[in-house]
Amino acid sequence: MNIDEIKKLLSEKFGSEVIMNIQSGGLQPALVINPELIVSVCEELRDNKNTWFDFLSCLTGVDHGIESNKFSVVYHLASIPHKHQLVIKVIIDHDRNSEVLPTFNSVSDVWKTAEWHEREAFDLLGIQFEGHPDLRRILLPDDWDGYPLRKDYIAAEEYKGIKIKE
Amino acid sequence: MQVKKTRYDQLTENLQPEEMILNMGPQHPSTHGVLRLELITDGEIVKEVIPHMGYLHRCFEKHCEYLTYQQIIPFVDRMDYLSSMNNDHAYVMGVERMMGIDKDIPKRVEYIRVLVCELNRIASHLIAIGTYGIDIGAFTPFLWCFRDREHIMNMLEWASGSRMLYNYIWVGGLFYDLPVGFEERCSEFVSYFKPKLTELNQLLTDNQIFISRTAGVGILPLDVAINYGCSGPMLRGSGLKWDLRRTDEYSAYPELEFDIPVGKGEMGKSGDCWDRYKVRAEEVAESIRIIEQCLERLQKELKRGPEFDPRSKLPKKIIPKEQDFYIRAENPRGELGYYFISDGKTEIPKRVKARAPSFNNLSVLPEITRGVLIADLVAILGSVDIVLGEVDR
Repeated sequence: MNIDEIKKLLSEKFGSEVIMNIQSGGLQPALVINPELIVSVCEELRDNKNTWFDFLSCLTGVDHGIESNKFSVVYHLASIPHKHQLVIKVIIDHDRNSEVLPTFNSVSDVWKTAEWHEREAFDLLGIQFEGHPDLRRILLPDDWDGYPLRKDYIAAEEYKGIKIKE
Repeated sequence: MQVKKTRYDQLTENLQPEEMILNMGPQHPSTHGVLRLELITDGEIVKEVIPHMGYLHRCFEKHCEYLTYQQIIPFVDRMDYLSSMNNDHAYVMGVERMMGIDKDIPKRVEYIRVLVCELNRIASHLIAIGTYGIDIGAFTPFLWCFRDREHIMNMLEWASGSRMLYNYIWVGGLFYDLPVGFEERCSEFVSYFKPKLTELNQLLTDNQIFISRTAGVGILPLDVAINYGCSGPMLRGSGLKWDLRRTDEYSAYPELEFDIPVGKGEMGKSGDCWDRYKVRAEEVAESIRIIEQCLERLQKELKRGPEFDPRSKLPKKIIPKEQDFYIRAENPRGELGYYFISDGKTEIPKRVKARAPSFNNLSVLPEITRGVLIADLVAILGSVDIVLGEVDR
């Protein structure tokens, strides 16, 4: 199934507002999905026998930069029976100076792979995943301050009395 | 504001009187590095396993924010330090496809890449097999595997100048051509190694003690494996023929003959520890087959000539067009993926995320260790074959 057929399939099932954009500039075109509907879209893509994306290859949180104030999550899906791949994205606007973390819906119920990947995105980028059963830091220490992969992150001078900056 | 309790809090706060929390690691010989497992045990029985990682976290993605595409290659080496060539190969392929030069790479370069990758795959699997033996009490295979691995290390050191972290495969080509006489020495190694592989199989694969410890233990059903994103020998051990070298047909692999071994549950049930071990052991033999074919072609139609320059296609400046791109390739541990975001202006990528196979393979551990004995937990963890450098990145 190519990306246009998948787009048609999703629009028929969820209405035309489900796909907000198609990014077809690069080698791998991506569907930008409505943030509200991401979980049901993922369930449909996994369970529909024509798409059958049973394998979540990768899940990435992205900070789009200080000026744009956008955060996104990118899902790389693969289908083992059909041997095709798909990229879907969810992009939201978020004011990085606010107290609240940018929040996305968790797809960890659809693919368990997402559980640790979402923890990683939370850990390094400070992205909140609604409905995640175990959202804790995964790579950094539990008491780490800040989210290192944010574009406005300033590395701490020291960690528990250990100097970490030259 | 009421903070929602995580699963971790629920597990550790409501312990029954007979339950006890036991820490295994980070300095435990069978955790293969610095992994800490928090076990909730009832006597000898493991009720729940909670992995804690990050002890080897070196901020790979943060480093990538400051480095050019070419400078990232040595960092990629250090992720899965047991199979650096395979890491390089996947990374380099991704950058080449973004640049649109992946079709221009000379055939000899592609074959050398596959040759060194398969040598490295054997070295990596030998460690997996050897340390797996020692995990469950067999000392001899460990020494034998390391002895044979050392021959591969010496050869790769000869080619690249470094023993484990090679930085040999570059975007658009190679660091150097193979040294003169490499093909012959590699052929010698193959004829030396083949009988050793038979010996190793007699020592471990058919060993009744080994079978009793691993068969029927840690069964990973196929649907669970797929749902958790397991790949490589983990997925094939559960009986699925899924190998990206065949699925994606990258590099020189479409022209090479090899089979994809899968777990059949010969000794216990499909997807048990023995199956995963067996898949690795058979993959070593398949890699030998690939190496033989590569060597033949490298000595005949792709013979080195004075005009061959492995750096001839190296781009002067690596600035891919503005796009994002995900590349996946088969690492000894499974699907290794890189997600690039390029802004099309600078040599420094906006983002490089690595999808490490061990990271996903390890995430299934709590699922398959519920209710096993502590001794079996060691057997199961060994069969997952993690490299913490890659889990933590």
